[in-house]
Amino acid sequence: MAQMTMIEAIKDAMRVELERDENVLLFGEDVGHVGGVFRATEGLQKQFGEDRVFDTPLAESGIGGLALGLGVQGFRPIAEIQFIGFIFEAMDSICAQASRMRYRSGGKYNSPITFRTPFGGGVHAPELHTDSLEGLMMQTPGIKVVVPSNPYDAKGLLISAIRDNDPVFFMEHLKLYRSFRGEVPEGEYTVPIGKANVVREGSDVTIITYGNMVHTSQKAAEELEKQGIQAEVIDLRTLMPLDIETIVESVKKTNRAIVVQEAQKTSGAAAEIMAQINEKAILHLEAPVIRVTAPDTVVAFGQIEKEWLPNEKKVIAGVKEVINF
Amino acid sequence: MEHVSVLDKASYEVHTNKVELLSILSLDGTVNEELLPNLSDEQLRELMRRMVFTRTWDQRAISLQRQGRLGFYAPVSGQEASMIGSEFALNKEDFICPGYRDMPQIVWHGLPMYQAFLYSKGHQHGGEVPEDVNVLMPQIIIGAQIVQSAGVAMGLKKRGKKNVVITYTGDGGSSQGDFYEGMNFAGAFNLPVIFVVQNNGYAISTPSSKQTAAETIAQKGLAAGIKSVQVDGMDVLAMYKAVQDAAERGRNGEGATLIEAITYRFGPHSMSGDDPTKYRTKDEESEWALKDPIVRFRKYLETKNLWTEEDETKTIEDAKQTVADQIKKAESTAKMTIPDLIDSMFEMTPPHLEEQKKAYLEKEGN
Repeated sequence: MAQMTMIEAIKDAMRVELERDENVLLFGEDVGHVGGVFRATEGLQKQFGEDRVFDTPLAESGIGGLALGLGVQGFRPIAEIQFIGFIFEAMDSICAQASRMRYRSGGKYNSPITFRTPFGGGVHAPELHTDSLEGLMMQTPGIKVVVPSNPYDAKGLLISAIRDNDPVFFMEHLKLYRSFRGEVPEGEYTVPIGKANVVREGSDVTIITYGNMVHTSQKAAEELEKQGIQAEVIDLRTLMPLDIETIVESVKKTNRAIVVQEAQKTSGAAAEIMAQINEKAILHLEAPVIRVTAPDTVVAFGQIEKEWLPNEKKVIAGVKEVINF
Repeated sequence: MEHVSVLDKASYEVHTNKVELLSILSLDGTVNEELLPNLSDEQLRELMRRMVFTRTWDQRAISLQRQGRLGFYAPVSGQEASMIGSEFALNKEDFICPGYRDMPQIVWHGLPMYQAFLYSKGHQHGGEVPEDVNVLMPQIIIGAQIVQSAGVAMGLKKRGKKNVVITYTGDGGSSQGDFYEGMNFAGAFNLPVIFVVQNNGYAISTPSSKQTAAETIAQKGLAAGIKSVQVDGMDVLAMYKAVQDAAERGRNGEGATLIEAITYRFGPHSMSGDDPTKYRTKDEESEWALKDPIVRFRKYLETKNLWTEEDETKTIEDAKQTVADQIKKAESTAKMTIPDLIDSMFEMTPPHLEEQKKAYLEKEGN
């Protein structure tokens, strides 16, 4: 099996799907000749031609509108939004248009669009390049939200996203692009959207997380083990639909849970997960569920980024809080 | 564009080209024979029939809305020439991306009228466009349809089809970023899109003069590098010709066109409390009434003995009867349900929505 970085796995997923289905198109700012600012699409225009893989003018709302119109004509667009902060320019296309196309047309049309975008802190990117906007997307009916944490999942989830007949917001963590390699099968395989993955089993506490925080949480769990605390770590992989079943099953076993997210504290994925645990498993809890998050500020970039982001220490402190309750 | 060095001059600027207004039918019903599009007598009568029919339908819809039998409704009276003339120049396979007022175009393009009524009433079946009808439902977010039209046109082009996309907005819509983005994408990718701005002078109450410092909206297309024209939007023959010319260019791979149609809505912006007397003068309204697209065209057809009082009466009666039948059909369609709505969100309803559907059914019964 090949060893790939997450960005290589993402490119491989797009190659597999461009090859398999001629309705798949790939476009965005600088994705063509140069292969994207992170080289996620490098070589794909050369392989599949300018008709299938192409650069667009610099206008995110236009990119979203283009994707929606192409979806109406039966194409399966992969639209790259160069950095997550630029999504705000495409919010109407994604949240008010693509998300409602199936409803508005009584099912005649749909938006089989994958909106890919890099996000995530820890790489010293500028302002509005790294925000975690999954909460905004989760609150939009009609959109699926996927956040892979490793190369294998990234390829399998991206293939699922491209084949999905509804719009998928696919978030690629910048820190994970090249930080490690993992085994990735050749050719096609899928990781289903809506299924979480228990990446570490434990009996004392459940750490529910996604994206780069999966790795932070796993490191914290290793440290906790040395202190005699067995933490179970759930990698959600998909935030919408959320695999609440896996979460509840784990909480019933451990009776304690924390949610770790890189996003700010209020009204995000963590808040939703806590609400659902409350609805479905409150009588199994020995302590309140808490969340380890960034504070409710704009994303701190540059000098104080490191302090701003959740880290192992904060995760360990969170676990101890619910253990010692 | 000609590039001139101004080394020996104190002034330097980019000059816009002059704007010429296409007008074929004069107020007294005479026409410019040279510009007259090639339309048979039957087609001329059909254009008239559609405009008269649409005005009666509009009056009936206003009345139905007041009775609480329709939801949102945006009156169209005054804009029949720009709406009907432009759609009439299309083929059935051409695609329409309308704005919220553009229901007549998509109904004449094939959407059954009762579905237009269901859409207004908030029933999902309203938007379930029949398979062979090439339209999106009217857009609510002003400008969204403009970027989408570029995508639809790119799709048609990739499929090797010789069809065009027409999209409509108003003078207010031309201020949106999406207006420029859509035209720019169509220009950059050489796409067969016809952008029609029905400039009726007001975006709800805001006059065009406060919308832009540009002398015309037509000139905004020049910045996107697409062909741009200005047309008398109260002249059905001019509208037909402008769209036919634009469609021909689109089909020949010559790209997109912006058409600014100068028009006027006789009624309010919508039926939701807008009072035009607060922002328009009686004098202005009277002046525009003289340009009534139906009156002008009737004068022309009468000189050719193509339209009689009997035709007019018959068309009005037909429209009244059709509206009555179609609203009845809409009203007898089973009410949509919350579970229907839940199931319309995704191809496969995910577990959390299944759960919400189940909870709703348990609490609310059937």
